[in-house]
Amino acid sequence: MLRYILRRIFMLVPVLFGVTLVSFSLLHLVPGDPAEVLGGQEATKEDVERIRREYGLDRPLAVQYLRFAANAVRGDFGVSIQSRHPVRDLLLQRLAFTLQLSLASILVASAVGLLAGVVSSTRPYSLFDATSMLGALFGISMPIFWLGLLLILVFAVRLHWLPSGGTGTLLHLILPAIALGGASAAVIARMTRASMLEVVQQDYIRTARAKGHREGVVILRHALKNAMIPILTVFGLEFGSMLGGAVLTETVFSLPGIGRLLVEGIFARDYPVVQGAMILVGTTFVLVNLLTDVAYAFFDPRIRYE
Amino acid sequence: MSELAAGALRAAPERVAAAGELANLWRRLCRNRAAMVGAGIVALFVLLALLAPVLVPFNPIQGDLNDRLQPASGTHWLGTDELGRDVLSRIIVGARVSLQIQVVAVVLALVVGVTLGAAGGYLGGRLDDLIMRAMDVLLAFPSIFLALGIIAALGTGLVNLMVAAGVSSIPAFARIVRSSVLSLKEREFVEAARALGGGGGRILFRHLLPNCLAPVIVQATCRMATVLLTASGLSFLGLGVQPPTPEWGAMLSNARSYLIVAPHVATVPGLAIMVVVVGFNLFGDGLRDTLDPRLRQ
Repeated sequence: MLRYILRRIFMLVPVLFGVTLVSFSLLHLVPGDPAEVLGGQEATKEDVERIRREYGLDRPLAVQYLRFAANAVRGDFGVSIQSRHPVRDLLLQRLAFTLQLSLASILVASAVGLLAGVVSSTRPYSLFDATSMLGALFGISMPIFWLGLLLILVFAVRLHWLPSGGTGTLLHLILPAIALGGASAAVIARMTRASMLEVVQQDYIRTARAKGHREGVVILRHALKNAMIPILTVFGLEFGSMLGGAVLTETVFSLPGIGRLLVEGIFARDYPVVQGAMILVGTTFVLVNLLTDVAYAFFDPRIRYE
Repeated sequence: MSELAAGALRAAPERVAAAGELANLWRRLCRNRAAMVGAGIVALFVLLALLAPVLVPFNPIQGDLNDRLQPASGTHWLGTDELGRDVLSRIIVGARVSLQIQVVAVVLALVVGVTLGAAGGYLGGRLDDLIMRAMDVLLAFPSIFLALGIIAALGTGLVNLMVAAGVSSIPAFARIVRSSVLSLKEREFVEAARALGGGGGRILFRHLLPNCLAPVIVQATCRMATVLLTASGLSFLGLGVQPPTPEWGAMLSNARSYLIVAPHVATVPGLAIMVVVVGFNLFGDGLRDTLDPRLRQ
């Protein structure tokens, strides 16, 4: 197991190198002089020259990249052009909100997805199965930002049950978590149903029934436990994809997360912020995928011996 | 009999067999009701997009400020927006814009992805390693983040939106084609082609790539749905298609401010996105069921 984990970590090195390279390239793909871009529209000639020296933009590109990557490894992404605060501080402030939102969303997605998937698999081709799988199809196809707006319209504007945005209490998290977790709930429900339908046909399930176990025990203790391996992978992938969906959810519900910071950074042409957010999200995404692979190998020994 | 005529005679039964197989696939697809519903939605969407200039009842760009935020009526079937523009006309023209973005982005991803995947899978070695590591890097970002990064570098606008949505779809095609080529290149028919003196290019284009078509077609169909969601999301954020061009995501974004007084302005574009995505998803799933030999049994 340890060898498998070490091998997977070793494989991450070129990917993380690529993540920093892509983020570094962003500034150099922008038309014009990078020093002028970093200085903003109001920068004087002296300011531009100072930035050029400060950021080492007068050095060869390879040297610039090495310096950028070395700083990034230390968590130093420079200073925000707009707020003049270190980008690291801005990212850390916002990361907490995005992680909170992602965790709340995965909770919603797991609860709804697992329940719908398990019940559907115990009554295949029933009305409940058809309805929940139709719901899953719509869940996958519904734009997050539209679902968010509909939730605001119904639960905040019409019914006044929940706040339409902002932060502060757990109540503020409910609507964003449903909006962001909706699509993942649909994916988890589909995967759970498919995985359970495969498992319930196995001989050991027949044996468990023949031994006289109650149906609930057979489904939960024998079938679901074994069906969980592929579902676990989907959890990991969905948690990663929530980082992407958070950009839209945070915008709809005015939440101060990483996604919102990135969008604000793009509008303000605040490239250190954009680069920092890209590296942070890329690294988090890669690490979540690593954890998913390790968990998968832990639960299914066939993977680590391959 | 001339050699040419003999060749034509030999080729004729192959063509008949291929046509028979196609007819067989078509019959199987037609029996899949969900796929047919999806195909119907997609066909309607494409027709709406193609015939948009003829179908629009009002100018989708210019409105009458006296008619702003009107509910559905006999004149404006889906009401009007904040500038008094007819929502139905904007939805119809929005279909054209969306289809344009989807087609260009998916074709871009398909051409680049298939080329990279085929080259990596067929040639192997360091080139394959390099291509696959590059794909891993693109996959290291959630697709909307990658698209946002590209927009940050290139700027907003329709063309850059197409590029951003296209680039984030490249790895999916590259991976599928690479794995297909890797499994196919060891098969007997490829060895036979090689033994008959076929060059690398001929083997790749005549024998390998045509046999990778099924998963590529399925992926392209499903990607049309993903690209629509990504592109409308970017426009919703204000980083895609810019006003006054009617695009469904951008329409939703503008409608946010009028959610209380005119909820219909936000409801219709979202519904349009969802229905089209459902259509492509159903059709893509149906194609997968029909074309995947393992699912056919």
